[in-house]
Amino acid sequence: MQTNHVSTLFRSLVAATTALGMLAPASVLAWEPTKPVEFVVPAGTGGGADQMSRLIQGVVSKHNLIKQPMVVVNKSGGAGGEGFLYIKDSKGDPHKIIITLSNLFTTPLATGIPFNWKDLTPVAMLALDEFVLWVNADSPHKTAKDYLAAVKAGTDNQFKMAGTGSKQEDQIITVALDKFTGKKFIYVPFKGGGDVAVQLVGGHVDSTVNNPIEAVAHWRAGKLRPLCVFDDKRIPYKEKITETMSWSDIPTCMEAGVKVDYLMLRGIFMPGGASQDQVKFYVDLFKKVRETPEWKDFMEKGAFNQSFMAGKEYADWVQKAEDTHKGLMKDAGFLAQ
Amino acid sequence: MEEFSNLMQGFSVALTYQNLLFMLVGILLGVLIGVLPGLGGANGVAILLPLTFTMSPTSAIIMLSCIYWGALFGGAITSILFNIPGEPWSVATTFDGHPMAKAGRAGEALTAAFTSSFVGALIAVIMITFLAPLVAKFSLKFGPPEFFAVQLLTFCSFVGLGKGHPAKTIAAMMLGFALASVGLDTVTGTLRMTFGTGELLRGFNFLIAVIGLFGIGEILLTMEEGLAFKGVHARINPSVVWQTWKQLPKYWMTALRGTLIGCWMGITPGGATPASFMSYGIAKRFSKNGEKFGTGEIEGVIAPETAAHAAGTSALLPMLTLGIPGSPTAAVLLGGLLIWGLQPGPLLFVEQKDFVWGLIASMYLGNIVGLIIVLTTVPWWAAILRVPFSIIAPIIIVICAIGAYTVNNAMLDVVLMLVFGIVGYLFKKLDYPLAPLVLALVLGDMAESSFRQSMLMSRGEVSIFWSNGLVGSICGLAMLMLFWPVVTKLLARLRRGNNDLDDARPVE
Amino acid sequence: MIASVNDNNHSDDGKPHHGVSTRAVEFAVAVFTFILGIVVIVDSRRVGAGWAEDGPQAGYFPYYIGIILCIASVWTIWRALFSAKDVAGVFVSHKKFRLVLSVFIPSMIYVVATYFIGIYVASALFIGAFMYWHGRFAWTRIIPISVIVPVVMFLLFEVWFLVPLPKGPLETLIGY
Repeated sequence: MQTNHVSTLFRSLVAATTALGMLAPASVLAWEPTKPVEFVVPAGTGGGADQMSRLIQGVVSKHNLIKQPMVVVNKSGGAGGEGFLYIKDSKGDPHKIIITLSNLFTTPLATGIPFNWKDLTPVAMLALDEFVLWVNADSPHKTAKDYLAAVKAGTDNQFKMAGTGSKQEDQIITVALDKFTGKKFIYVPFKGGGDVAVQLVGGHVDSTVNNPIEAVAHWRAGKLRPLCVFDDKRIPYKEKITETMSWSDIPTCMEAGVKVDYLMLRGIFMPGGASQDQVKFYVDLFKKVRETPEWKDFMEKGAFNQSFMAGKEYADWVQKAEDTHKGLMKDAGFLAQ
Repeated sequence: MEEFSNLMQGFSVALTYQNLLFMLVGILLGVLIGVLPGLGGANGVAILLPLTFTMSPTSAIIMLSCIYWGALFGGAITSILFNIPGEPWSVATTFDGHPMAKAGRAGEALTAAFTSSFVGALIAVIMITFLAPLVAKFSLKFGPPEFFAVQLLTFCSFVGLGKGHPAKTIAAMMLGFALASVGLDTVTGTLRMTFGTGELLRGFNFLIAVIGLFGIGEILLTMEEGLAFKGVHARINPSVVWQTWKQLPKYWMTALRGTLIGCWMGITPGGATPASFMSYGIAKRFSKNGEKFGTGEIEGVIAPETAAHAAGTSALLPMLTLGIPGSPTAAVLLGGLLIWGLQPGPLLFVEQKDFVWGLIASMYLGNIVGLIIVLTTVPWWAAILRVPFSIIAPIIIVICAIGAYTVNNAMLDVVLMLVFGIVGYLFKKLDYPLAPLVLALVLGDMAESSFRQSMLMSRGEVSIFWSNGLVGSICGLAMLMLFWPVVTKLLARLRRGNNDLDDARPVE
Repeated sequence: MIASVNDNNHSDDGKPHHGVSTRAVEFAVAVFTFILGIVVIVDSRRVGAGWAEDGPQAGYFPYYIGIILCIASVWTIWRALFSAKDVAGVFVSHKKFRLVLSVFIPSMIYVVATYFIGIYVASALFIGAFMYWHGRFAWTRIIPISVIVPVVMFLLFEVWFLVPLPKGPLETLIGY
């Protein structure tokens, strides 16, 4: 125990000195936080965005990536609108960052609250989250084709789909499936992704479009079955999750003929009016976070698409995603009156 | 017995000097968090997180879960002393706990609260130890109709308790429901009663309402009575713990009932707050002294405290086996698990045996350590009441303001707290009952969304609420509770027919 | 100071009926809840208060809640206006009312001040002022208590638990 402590101390000393050495020339002019950084999560505790931000908080403090502490704050009111308005009102404050999910687009469109992502400064895309069509393991439907054929053959409102929130990503995908099958799903909204998964395990609904991280534990325990992933290519992770399957064994929904691909942004924004120096600090910070083993492990467990973008490339991507969402929400009739 | 040997294995993991030390630290921090309404478990984890990276996951989770036990214990302290519920589940504790403190029996109330918390938690842990897989399976049976039935039962077992005028009881309850509906409607995604303001998006938080209604309202009332807490001149007696313990065993039925309600609500997961209300309501219905509830009955402290702790403890079970946190603090523990690369879910019990059983063993140890710590502090807490009111009052207001602010980091909430303070003062003086308002506020939102989820699933058929045995029997029980006063009257009439002598005896 | 008995019908000097009448307060509170009820009804109708084919609309429950609230309020207003027995007496004597205001108004000022000078400085001033006016303590007791409490809060919240609270110019000066 004693030697162990000493060696840990020694290692961290070495790490610290090396880190200092590397930082020294760069930090002469660069901006750095001078007080605790507030990390806003526009969603409740326990959800995908919350898990990711708490992991980042842990990674940052474990590897000592910023000198100031990072504090996670949940502002989930009004489908995240509360958090976005809060960052919008903090214009020019470089000690606040926000992690986003699709509600960056869907919340203002569906509720009409006065907010647009252009009120914020884009920092970086951390990853993209996949969506998977899940059924209960006891369901007779083994493939997406099977299941969707059954829906097609059934009547309107025969099959129940559970999802997170109303007029958000889960319901957008459900509406796309409605269109494909020509039959209407009953969409039952719940507060969080974890609840949704458990409702499916309990057999109260027929299917869900949970993100991988929300349902993986139940899949491993043999309670849920993934049918297809809403992407144009398969998830690359080859490591076995269950006895027989890995993430990459899940076919895409395209293979079943459903032309739906939908990925959700997990990205970082700052309040409007941030300087280039400040943005650069956070971009570098998240680059370092991405290099840590904890982050890599988390990405693999949650089967995330590890795209990383920053700067103009990122802003362009967000702009394009906004246009896509406008179209999707309009088609589904979800726009605020 | 396999569970038993697993548990012993768990004790051997948890019982090291280091882990005991971590428990101590965790409990003390937790009590602090429970006492100050501004601090939440999330912050506790924030400061301990860097520390925990040098420990094994088991030691780390032991420390973090001890924060949770500590917070559960601590919530009762301010409820009893100052009528300020530090945590939502201690609201029901104020109903009788604070009147006891005002009557100079703070030490007694605190001892009863801590001891019943311990009993509730202990029985819940025993249940987790031996029935975990069964219980997890049972909790999966709960879909939206069952959730609604549970909320209905909570409401029915509590409603009709007050002595106020029916018009006022109804108005208070409706006010609670109306406040609960402000904000985004989960089911349709439309904004209700926000009137275009960003500030109302998040709706009215339960904690802000109770801090204002109870805490600030109480200070205004006390002020009117002339700058003094009536309990000021109570003797501080170190042996109060023993004296209280002597009278506790005769309330074993209340404690057992509270524990069962709590366990059930914790795993379904209805949560600790509704559990405490339901337990209080049912205890009042069945107790011999039911009439005196609200004036400082020790049973009125035992009932909600056993239920809240049994619920808080058993809420960890769905978190570990299903990945659904039963409470916000459990959610933070969940975050902790993820950082150590532990995936909560059905396989955790199989793949991480050492960890799971170490945690369960620490639940036993943590609660025992916690009980000893908080009981030794009883005389000190009671002594706070001797500080002059003109010093303690502004400090309470400051703590309330911080508590209200930290709920959403919003100044508007502090203003709202003051408004609720005036409402609390006026309502109390005009005999509007506050409990139905608070209960409606905490349950309204949940009950409405589970009702409407059920309606979506059944295409508007109300019959879904008696469509299977489980939901049907809970709904039936709710109706029975609602009409209990009528039922007791009928029973009394029957008994009178049988035995005139018995009835002639004056009621105590 | 020793607590006086809380008696609604007598002011502290023993003379009855000297203060705000219960009838007036009862009436005002009921009118207030009635107005709230109307607000709820109007907004619920905006979002739709009917029963759609798949269950109640967003405004369905609030709509009826609003109606019941209005009915209950009217009932109380009726009693306030026409019942002699229920609302007799004094709600609060002027003297007691002044005492209540002497806590409430400083609390309001405290909350407003928090916007400008931060919660810590405001708390120090608030505790100090309260102790001075209500407790008549000597400065040697007021100053230590009113300084130590906010400092402990500061250490606890900002430094230790990392909970950001509203801060003003003083905190900015020391780098927070």
